[in-house]
Amino acid sequence: MALAAIYSLFIINKSGGLIYYKDYGSAGRMDTNDSLRLASLWHSMHAISQQLSPIPGCTGIDLLQAHNFDLHCFQSLTGTKIFVVCETGAQNMETLLKVIYELYTDFVLKNPFYEIEMPIRCELFDLNLTQVIQKDRVALLGR
Amino acid sequence: MQFFGGSSLTSVAPEASPAPAAPPGTGTGANAQVLYVFNRNGVCLLYREWHRPLRTLDPTQDHKLMFGLLFSLRSFTAKIDPITAEKGNLGVPLLPGQGCSFYSFKTNTYKLNFMESPSGIKLILITHPRTGDQRDSLKHIYNLYVEYVVKNPLYTSGTPIK
Repeated sequence: MALAAIYSLFIINKSGGLIYYKDYGSAGRMDTNDSLRLASLWHSMHAISQQLSPIPGCTGIDLLQAHNFDLHCFQSLTGTKIFVVCETGAQNMETLLKVIYELYTDFVLKNPFYEIEMPIRCELFDLNLTQVIQKDRVALLGR
Repeated sequence: MQFFGGSSLTSVAPEASPAPAAPPGTGTGANAQVLYVFNRNGVCLLYREWHRPLRTLDPTQDHKLMFGLLFSLRSFTAKIDPITAEKGNLGVPLLPGQGCSFYSFKTNTYKLNFMESPSGIKLILITHPRTGDQRDSLKHIYNLYVEYVVKNPLYTSGTPIK
């Protein structure tokens, strides 16, 4: 854990339910209820931000910058949202989110035993996700 | 000396208090679209818009929704903060400056810049999505608020700035 570029990853279904959560070493305790609540809170704030837009055609928050972290969010056309909490100023997070979405379509949606909108329990998805995040960490270390 | 300069300016033109409030828009360039100032009770002290083609709600509803969004985002960032080990429960109201706060968020159509003062004054500046860091200009706007609104003897706190 020399360079923790990513602190946590959330995947939310189109109705705001948390279907996947993984922690990569953030401080403090976060139980299951907290992560579920955070996910649905993000879902509603994403929707409110669209209503407050001064210009038509808003699709919701892409990037939230806080003093201790950045949050990058990707929304697919079907309404599934993927967001990562990462270090401030971390680069290439849009690409990483697209790669994670690709893994989701390949290993979750194409899994015949997966019920749509339900929590993700797919071994292959877990395996490939770990690899991608490791690779990203290595790539960040090389720069 | 600077202190005297500031106070003499307000005493020379107490009626012209809207005039100092106008420069924030011009000072931040043509990029500023909307500016909100809230106090800690959620009263909208100032609302200015320079470029707003879309209006989905009436003004009071819009201000309430904006304040609600900021309130929830504050508790969200304080809870999700991966650096601080000791975090309170989600949904418990936070004091100004307590917990990890955010300073901006970006969507495809706008960028919202946010600043909260220790007294709970919230400044929100909405700009074009590709503008850079606006923390300094928000600080500048806050200084203008302190100089020309708080130091104005005719202003009662908690009322809209006129």
